[in-house]
Order: sequence, then structure tokens, then C-alpha cells
Amino acid sequence: MDAAAEQKYDYGVVRWFTVMAAVYLVVGATAGVYIASELAWPFLNFDIPYITFGRLRPLHTNAVIFAFGGCALMATAFYSVQRTCATRLWSNKLAWFTFWGWNLIIVAAVITLPLGINQSKEYAELEWPIDIAIAVVWLSYMFNFIMTIHQRKTSHIYVSNWFFLGMMVMITYLHVVNSLAIPVGMFKSYSLFSGVQDAMIQWWWGHNAVGFYLTAGFLGIMYYFVPKQAGRPVYSYRLSVIHFWALMFGYVWLGAHHLQYTALPDWTGSLGAAVSIAMIIPSWGGAVNGMMTLSGAWDKLRTDYVLRFLIMSLAFYAMSTFEGPIMSIKTVNALSHYTDWTVGHVHSGALGWVAMVAIGAIYHMMTRLFHVELWSTKLVNAHFWTATIGTVVYIVAMWVSGIMQGLMWRAYDEYGTLAYTFAESVEAMHPYYAMRAIGGMIFLSGAILMLINILMTVAKASSERSIERARTAAATA
Amino acid sequence: MSSNNSSGGLQEWFEKNVFALFLGLAIVLSVGGLVEIVPLFYLPSTMEYNKFPELVWQRKEGQTLNDHQPGDGVRPYKALELAGRDVYQREGCYLCHSQMVRPFRDEKERYGHYSLATESMFDHPMQWGSKRTGPDLARVGGKYSDDWHRKHLRAPRSVVPESVMPNYPWLKENPVDGQTIQAHMRGMQMLGVPYTDADIEAAAKEVEGKTEEDAVVAFLQVLGTMAKLDENKAYRE
Repeated sequence: MDAAAEQKYDYGVVRWFTVMAAVYLVVGATAGVYIASELAWPFLNFDIPYITFGRLRPLHTNAVIFAFGGCALMATAFYSVQRTCATRLWSNKLAWFTFWGWNLIIVAAVITLPLGINQSKEYAELEWPIDIAIAVVWLSYMFNFIMTIHQRKTSHIYVSNWFFLGMMVMITYLHVVNSLAIPVGMFKSYSLFSGVQDAMIQWWWGHNAVGFYLTAGFLGIMYYFVPKQAGRPVYSYRLSVIHFWALMFGYVWLGAHHLQYTALPDWTGSLGAAVSIAMIIPSWGGAVNGMMTLSGAWDKLRTDYVLRFLIMSLAFYAMSTFEGPIMSIKTVNALSHYTDWTVGHVHSGALGWVAMVAIGAIYHMMTRLFHVELWSTKLVNAHFWTATIGTVVYIVAMWVSGIMQGLMWRAYDEYGTLAYTFAESVEAMHPYYAMRAIGGMIFLSGAILMLINILMTVAKASSERSIERARTAAATA
Repeated sequence: MSSNNSSGGLQEWFEKNVFALFLGLAIVLSVGGLVEIVPLFYLPSTMEYNKFPELVWQRKEGQTLNDHQPGDGVRPYKALELAGRDVYQREGCYLCHSQMVRPFRDEKERYGHYSLATESMFDHPMQWGSKRTGPDLARVGGKYSDDWHRKHLRAPRSVVPESVMPNYPWLKENPVDGQTIQAHMRGMQMLGVPYTDADIEAAAKEVEGKTEEDAVVAFLQVLGTMAKLDENKAYRE
């Protein structure tokens, strides 16, 4: 293990972010499995306000995106920026502020969302006092990141850092504008925008939370961890430059494709859809660059379970960035919009790409941050299969139910009247909702295996005093 | 890591100066949003009322919100309806119900006339939704009786056996608070929703003795009924 690194870099805060990411994956996925089960078996709402679908669904999305995704992004960005810039964090103290601030925000979300404190903007449900806290903590993260790059000992800024920085800038824009609101009470506000303008801003935020937080940020993870784990340089520098700028410029436009055929003017929706289709190219640029980095090292996949997670994530990334543009085509969108197909698409990205690449990075960092081998590599392999199978079961269930819904809603009988009532379409979804809940459970069981593995690795490191030994070894070397 | 075979020029500058990279990103990232969002605030074609002013209620001096008749045009929500909307937001109804009918034959037959931007002009924030686990509600007003809605809110499966909606039995227990709704209306007024001071003054009395269930029913019953839409007019391209 790299004992010198313990001396050279600020690892303490990264360790905490890494472990918390694993904790929040279990929390967020548990909430997801529960609400999926509520749709299959509605008695699970138990007439308790705090656990109804409508209140827990924002908790699920906030937990997986901001708690799990956020901790994973902060852990990996703070880890890789130090290593690629050959320098410590600009401010270790500020990084701890980011850690405690972010986790307090998560605690606030866990308390307020079940209470129904919700500004009802999808994926931005948290009320105004928490929104202000998010902005402050986010800026502390970005500022520390920029200043760390500024004091780097290397000549050029490595590609993973471009992606992280792009994400940080865009999320600042999105969060600030989308959250503008007039407070009408301590825990209640109304959006500054209304109707069609609000819808456009909401989906400019909504799609770019996906495009930047969950794509650009995680591409940053990919660009550092795939080459590191594979032990090979990035396949093409030129490709990374081109697809980086294309992605940064293009993704911002996509939000409008969520509003096709709505009261949003046609020009906006069509523009969003046109750019969406063009985005296949830069998206695949990233996927190709990641996969080709492995060329000549494919044999490692047989033995390296962590690498398997990273490669599987790129496969899902390529698939869902193909599916997305297809769904933004007007004729397809007419069918897919409002159905479970969208939910399936989001999860092929969220489980298959975002979670898998983050999981790979977390396992990679664990051994280097704690200076011990993982407690169990067998468990990593079991996690890999449960994660993959769970994701596939989930997506297939949603494809079938989504397309079926879309077809049932528009079906006509021989007399030219609607063939099905809405309630009949709900009834037809039941088996797929059950199947989705089971897929989610399989994925969740893998996340629990990871948490056990990580906590046992931490316990092992603590009993072997490996971090202290690394420190002294480096100091006396 | 990959070797530094940089391409020179602007990219070289970005890769050597983090502040330049920050600035470059700040500019590139702002374009899409500016182009798609800003025109919606000033292009007259965005809001149908610029061409069809009758879509919005023209309130005369001294009229109260209660003088509005269905079909008179889009108006701000009455106090009780707004309280119902607050509950709708709190319970996360927008996560399963859309309020946006698209211009398709099947949606027209199932839900009614396609939705107009004007119809949600006072909705801060909009509740168009993105998912129909349950049916669209943009035009649910008047389709069912108040009594049906109450039964349905308390126990959805008692009237729709296939439903997967949670029961909301606590709504009938919770009173609506007059002062809170007045504060909410003042907030809306600040945002440009045309509430008069008299509307806000009268609000506390309007909701006196009402429950959250009454409020939600009032909200649901007004959805889609404010403006009368003409089949023969092309409101949108």
C-alpha cells in the first residue's frame, strides 16, 4: 500500500465521505424499494402520513442523488484532485465544513420530507432554508476544488478535473435559479416562476441534475478511476477534449425534451429534442474512451472485480445515453412520456451507470485510503452480480409496463371508443410493479453487502492500526 | 495517466489556468439555458391570452373572487382552493398525477381539451407533473361529485378497486388555518398574482371551520373549469 500518500494528502475527510456514500446508498435504495412496494401493494402506506408514497418518493430521490451521489462525488473529487495535482487540499478545514454541512443537509432532508415540507419541484423538493444551506456548502466544495487545482504541482489540469469543475459550475447555476422563491413561512415558499416558464426552468434543472450531477461528475470519476484501476492511460486525449466541450455545451439544452406536446411552445421542445439526438455522439465519446482504455488489459476483467463494476457502468452508460435520445424523438415521446418507461430509463442510468461507477470507485479508494486489503473480495463479486441482475430486472419490468401503459392509454376498440379505462391500465401494471420491487430488493441486497464489506474493512484497518502505521512509515522513510 | 500531448491554443490555456477554465465553462454552460428560458418571458406567442384575452378573467372594480363564474376565464385561486393546493403540494400528489393534457385524440377523449399555458399562469410553481401513475387532473373539476372525492380521498379503493393511491384519512381531521392562508396569499400577491387586499382580508373567514379535505376537494373541483375553451379556435400551433 502507498504509505507515502497518507503523509502527502488529506485523506481523513475523503475516508468519511467514502464510508457515508456507502451508508446512503443503502438508505436511498431502501426508501426506493419501499415506495416501489407501495405501488405494488398499497396497504404498505398504512394510513401513516409520513410514509405515504407522495412523501417518501422525494426522500428516495434526494437520498440517492444528493446523499449517495453527493458523498460519492465529494469523496472522489477530493481524492482525485489531490492525486492528479500532486498537492494537498487547499483547505482541509473547509473540506470538513463541506462534509458536516452536506451531512446536516441530508439529516434536514430526512426530517422535513416525511413531514411534507416540500416545495413540490421535482428533484428540488427541499424548502428554502435548506436550499440556502445547499448553495453555501456547494460553493465551499467548488471553491476548495478550484483553489486546490490552482496550487497544483503538475503543469496541466487532468481531464477528470474538467468534468468535476463543469459539474460544479452548472449545478450552481441550476440550483440557484430553480430555487428562487418567496418564503411565506419558515417552511413554505412559492416559486418565483409560474406555469410555462416555471416548467422550463424546472426541467432545465431536472435534466441537468442528470446531465451534470449524475453524468459530468461521474464521468470525472470514470476518467480518474478507470485508467487507475486498469493501469492504462486514457485511450484518446483528443476525444476527451472534444466530447468534454460538446457535452458541456450541449447537455444544457436537453431539458425541453421533457415538455414536448405540453403548453411549452413547440420551438423550445423541438430544439431540446434536436440537441438531445445529437448528444448521442459526445455521450458515446465518453463511453468509447472509457472502454478503449481497457484495450490490451481485458484479461484483468477475469480477476479484478472492481474493474468489472467500472466496465459494466460504461456499458449501461452507453445504453441509457442511446435510449434517452430515442425517447426524446417526438413520436416515441408521445408514447413514453408520463409512463414507467421514463422511470426505467432513469434507473438504467442511475443504477447501471451512476451507482456502478461510484461503487467501483469506492472499492478502489477503500484499499488506498485505509491501507488494507478489502475485508472480502468474494463479497465484491457477489455485490457485482446482485447489482447487475437487480438493475436488469428493474429495467425490464419498467420497459414492459411503460410501453404497455402507453399502448393501453391510446388503444381504441372497433367502435372507435377508448378500449381501456385508466383504472384497467393501473391494474395491468401490478405484476410489473411487483417485479420492479423485487429487482430493487436484489440491488439493495448488493448495497448491503457493500456496506458490510466496507465497515468490516474499516474495522480491520482500525484493529491493524494500518493508518497510523502508514503515517509513521511515511514519516520515518 | 495520459501524457500531456495538449492541442495548444485556447485548450492549452484552459488546461494550465484553472480560472480560465472556470470562466470558459461559466460562459459555455450559460448559453443553452439563456436561449431556451429567457424568450419564454417576453415572446407574446408563449401565452395564449395575448391573442385570446377572454381566457383570463377581467375582474371589474369591487368584484370578489366569488363573483367569478366557471368559464369566465383564468383567475387566482380562492382561499380554500389555495389551501387545497398547498395540501396537494405537501402530499406530493404531483408525483403521480399530471396536470397537462396533450393534444392527442385519446387524451382529448379521456381528459378533455389540451392544456394551455394561460391555465397555469398563476401556478407558483406549476404542477404539470411528469408521470401518470394515476390519471391526469388538469380537467378533473366537475367530473365527480364532492361526495365521491371525499370517499376517494379517504379510501380510494372503496370507489376504484384497482387504485394504488394511499388513503388520506387525516385530511378530514386537519383544520385549515386562516392566518396561514392569508400569509400565503400575500406571498402570491408579491409574485404578481392579482389578489386584492380585500381578497386577502376575506380569506380568513372563507376558510373558517373548513378542513384540509374540504380544501382539496375545492381545489380539485376548480381544476380546468375556470376558462371556457372553444373547440374551433387554434390556441396553439
